[in-house]
Amino acid sequence: MSDKIFHPARESHEIFKASRLTGDATLEDLDSIRKRTSVYVYEAPVRLWHWINAACITVLIVTGYFIGRPLPSMQIAEAYDQFVMGYIRFAHFAAAQVLTVGFFGRIYWAFMGNHHAKQMFYIPLFNRRFWHELIFELRWYFFLEREPKKYVGHNPLAQIAMFFFMTLGLTFMLITGWALYAEGAGQGSLPDMAMGWVLGLVQNSQRLHTLHHLGMWAIVVFMIIHIYAAIREDIMSRQSMVSTMISGHRTFKDDRVE
Amino acid sequence: MGQIETFYDVMRRQGITRRSFMKYCSLTAAALGLGPAFVPKIAHAMETKPRTPVIWVHGLECTCCSESFIRSAHPLAKDVVLSMISLDYDDTLMAAAGHAAEAAFEETIQKYKGNYILAVEGNPPMNEDGMYCITGGKPFVEKLRHAAKDAKAIISWGACASYGCVQAAAPNPTRATPVHKVILDKPIIKVPGCPPIAEVMTGVITYMLTFDRFPELDRQGRPAMFYGQRIHDKCYRRPHFDAGQFVEHWDDENARKGYCLYKMGCKGPTTYNACSTVRWNEGVSFPIQSGHGCIGCSEDGFWDQGSFYDRLTNIKQFGIEATADKIGMTAAGAVGGAVAVHAAISALKRAQKKTEEA
Repeated sequence: MSDKIFHPARESHEIFKASRLTGDATLEDLDSIRKRTSVYVYEAPVRLWHWINAACITVLIVTGYFIGRPLPSMQIAEAYDQFVMGYIRFAHFAAAQVLTVGFFGRIYWAFMGNHHAKQMFYIPLFNRRFWHELIFELRWYFFLEREPKKYVGHNPLAQIAMFFFMTLGLTFMLITGWALYAEGAGQGSLPDMAMGWVLGLVQNSQRLHTLHHLGMWAIVVFMIIHIYAAIREDIMSRQSMVSTMISGHRTFKDDRVE
Repeated sequence: MGQIETFYDVMRRQGITRRSFMKYCSLTAAALGLGPAFVPKIAHAMETKPRTPVIWVHGLECTCCSESFIRSAHPLAKDVVLSMISLDYDDTLMAAAGHAAEAAFEETIQKYKGNYILAVEGNPPMNEDGMYCITGGKPFVEKLRHAAKDAKAIISWGACASYGCVQAAAPNPTRATPVHKVILDKPIIKVPGCPPIAEVMTGVITYMLTFDRFPELDRQGRPAMFYGQRIHDKCYRRPHFDAGQFVEHWDDENARKGYCLYKMGCKGPTTYNACSTVRWNEGVSFPIQSGHGCIGCSEDGFWDQGSFYDRLTNIKQFGIEATADKIGMTAAGAVGGAVAVHAAISALKRAQKKTEEA
């Protein structure tokens, strides 16, 4: 007994129930919270992906908007010497290819990385406590709770948002986007062999464009919520937010339980 | 029954010289995208094969497909195709009418059981047991099923037969249904367009008669040689699109200069057809060349993709008509506003809490 510096009155699995039972925190994490009040959550590949992804999405939204609704017609040079729409489309396609590689890399890291790297790829549907905590988090956002709980990874509400807007949302944008790209690449090309079936499913390319366009706005809405929530939680919650995606460490502001 | 004449016999009987016949074979090979080695093959097939009987039926349609077909640019192609397919029944083109026509219909089905091609122009309406389209005293859908039963293959002419076209546009009161959703057990080739280009129609028929099979089809069952690329991919105004030079109004300077019609709602980028290469009326022009955007007439549900003159589709599912941008901006605006209000309340609450603690 005497060789232990830290001797808790209760074991880690007895406390932090909300955090542990929502399927995120591991027992080691819980020990870490008590001892160091900082957990290494986002490993370097996850952070790198986050910022590359954010940059790509920004480029894709701006260029994508101008593809659907082009800039005012301009006369800089003769058509053969001017490539305004061409460059906009090039930037869109280039960013999309980077985003695609990044997304596959992120999926790979869900298998190879730590426990937290998996969190955005699923919702613990059959975990009763998860839904209970989701309601708690909603109450926090409706100003009905005085204090939020501690979370190592995503809180339940954030996990749902991540799953729908990023995991499903990005998948939808990649599928529809590559199906549109396949049209230009031509029948029999690699994009066509991989994604051409989507046009066969949607039947009309105009319809496919509209779906892709609506998807963009869903991601814009997500961006607004995501950035706001990250900054708000950074200020108002009991843990770090913005810096966590830079350093990877989630630091906790207090040592109170729940 | 005597031996059915070959294509070549028919052509010679019509006073076509062998020289003209060989020209026709070369032209057809070129139109189908085949190499010179195929010219003698086409010629050989035409000299030896018996004519293929064709039954051409008309459902809900406007006859623009037939109008286009009989105006095929190369007059020889038109004559030859019209005579060589042994058009045994076509209630619009044939001289017979009434009972005589219906007798010819039955006779052709009996005589060439399993060997004839069924060409369908228009589609059957399925509501009220098909009563919205009656031909020969019976719902068209019954006639279609009857004729399809012993057909070797089916050609769906035009947007009506292929996708439904205007009569199938929402809310589709007669439940007009494209042929491939009614006849499920026969090979079907779709030749969409409103109407399809004449040379595309004759080209498809010639290919089928020469090689005794469908040309290569794309995923939607259209001949890939004519529907493999979008109009935009081969448009002569494409450089203006890439440059970002657009017509902004119908009467502006850019319209006179022949800039890209993208902003005027041109559906070239989303339409698979051969208009920008084969063109219309003996290769004279096509819509974009005449200064009007493509309306996407060879695409599935082209009537339901919003205005012909808007780049972005109006989406009616949201109650009021709005483009993706309007919906998106409204949603983003609402969320942005909610975020601002939420941030303000958060700040107030935080200030309140601090005062309480102090």
